[in-house]
Amino acid sequence: MSAILEVSGVSVTFDGFRAINKLSISIPETGLRAIIGPNGAGKTTFMDIVTGKTRPDEGRVIWGEKSVSLLGLSESAIAQAGIGRKFQKPTVFEAQTVRDNLAMALKAPRGPFEVLLSRRSADAEARIRDIAEEIGLADALPRLAGELSHGQKQWLEIGMLLAQAPRLLLVDEPAAGMTPAEREHTTDLLKRAAQTRAVVVIEHDMEFVRRLDCRVTVLHEGAVLAEGSLDHVTRNQQVIDVYLGR
Amino acid sequence: MPAGGFLASQPATLWFLGCLALFTLGVTVLAEGFGSGTLSTSMVKILGMTLCLCLIAVAMDVVWGYCGILSLGHFAFFGIGGYAIGMWLMYARTEGIVTEALLSAPIPPTETEITDAIAGQIFGVVGSSELPALWGFAHSLPLQLAMVVLVPGLLALVFGWLAFRSRVTGVYLSILTQAMTLALSLYLFQNDSGLRGNNGLSGLQNIPGLDHVPQATLSLWFFWASAAALGLGYLFFAWLVSDKFGSVIRAIRDNEARVRFLGYEVEHYKLVVFTLTAVVAGIAGALYYPQAGIVNPAEIAPIASIYLAVWVAIGGRGRLYGAVIGAAVVSLASSWFTGGGAPAIDLGFYTINWTDWWLVLLGFGFVAVTLFLPRGIGGVFDRLVRKS
Repeated sequence: MSAILEVSGVSVTFDGFRAINKLSISIPETGLRAIIGPNGAGKTTFMDIVTGKTRPDEGRVIWGEKSVSLLGLSESAIAQAGIGRKFQKPTVFEAQTVRDNLAMALKAPRGPFEVLLSRRSADAEARIRDIAEEIGLADALPRLAGELSHGQKQWLEIGMLLAQAPRLLLVDEPAAGMTPAEREHTTDLLKRAAQTRAVVVIEHDMEFVRRLDCRVTVLHEGAVLAEGSLDHVTRNQQVIDVYLGR
Repeated sequence: MPAGGFLASQPATLWFLGCLALFTLGVTVLAEGFGSGTLSTSMVKILGMTLCLCLIAVAMDVVWGYCGILSLGHFAFFGIGGYAIGMWLMYARTEGIVTEALLSAPIPPTETEITDAIAGQIFGVVGSSELPALWGFAHSLPLQLAMVVLVPGLLALVFGWLAFRSRVTGVYLSILTQAMTLALSLYLFQNDSGLRGNNGLSGLQNIPGLDHVPQATLSLWFFWASAAALGLGYLFFAWLVSDKFGSVIRAIRDNEARVRFLGYEVEHYKLVVFTLTAVVAGIAGALYYPQAGIVNPAEIAPIASIYLAVWVAIGGRGRLYGAVIGAAVVSLASSWFTGGGAPAIDLGFYTINWTDWWLVLLGFGFVAVTLFLPRGIGGVFDRLVRKS
């Protein structure tokens, strides 16, 4: 299967600290991928680079069949190209309703005048309902996002990502602070999303990674230490030394 | 969305328009120029000017309360609107006077003689008799009316583009807008700025070609125009913030980085909001200053824009009627207290003279609203409506 995202030889330095060191990762078009690693391994910086928040000092980030370079594109242009990102802390717009949050995320023209002159369509409304159904918030559509529980906010954010209809989903610690039941639901959501698109999950929690049951990339000091199934990487002596052993 | 459907979904806007219509009718009936004469002409002018201040407050609420850009420069756009219309008012009126005076001359005056005479009349006060290039369009009402919209719009567009593109936000943006206002005001204070320095433009209450109409009637015309502008402006902004566009700009206010990752060009949205509100501020100023009679650089001083933010904060950010309430209450109270309307309080050892103490009172009022009514006066309405 061809890769949708090709990161090769990327390095980035913050005030002399090398956060990413000649990192190369290839993400296939569909399927789940987990990225694990100790604190400071460069997991979040990797996402920052892909989504345009941080510019790397060297290396290439190539996207899609047309092999577009993502370096130099703005955050919003990258998002429009089809990369959705979920932050570690749930960031939904708390002062607005669940419906408004989803409507904003829904794939549609993004320019100010296009948005101003757009009309509510039955089609969009149906898609909002579908997504709300999928994330288990169908009854909460008119509620303010700020009133939701922590787990519900996480789902709403995942729902907003699905509404964007991205081809690559970057998810940062989705299970943090969730109850076991909520984790199960989140695992299902991510697995289902991964059937039609690429989903990259950054996670600390080994138990959660095991549930995801997917290929795992271990980062250490800004580079790939090991890659393969979870069982494969957990048997790797280097991985045990830097990460699991502690 | 069709207009009818939009209004039906906006009970607050309907209520506001109804109240505004009633108020306009009431003032008309009581005014000297039309009805019973209970309200003096100067009172009608003050009320008309207040409506203009309400309009710029609504614009400020959209840019700050909804989009989160604390602009401390919107009064500059208001002043520019006043200057733009003032140039025509002054030029056309002087032209009338000069032409009449030269009619009695033995030889009919040439075009240049008339222009020179007008320039001498207008700029004699700053020791000049040349008509600056800035006044090239001053003879034409349609062109100056276009300036009312174009100059604030273009200034906001260029300033906003530079500031937002560099991702200047928060307090730094406020400081930048404040600097813009200060620079403009200082420039206008200069005698060779081409706009009569600190004298400003005066005699604006006299409308050229309408000399036969008494001020009592004129004041009512301007009052109606101000009410119509406020009504239309309110309706326009209510529409702007009602649907998805409103959703996006409120999201920008709350977390602009997140909005970027949703694929929206945050800078474009800010620029649209900043420019549209600047244009409306210019229109409000163009209606305000003919009622005030004079526009000078002191009007554009940074403090005016800060007052604007205070009105909106007191009235309640993020709800358009809150801005109207704040602007009306505070500016009317201000003219009552500082205009000698409020009786001085004699404490025996000290007399509280409200012209001096009004600012202290306003300061306490601001602190009190921030502490006890964080959603402003408009927030009280919200609570009442929800209870009933």
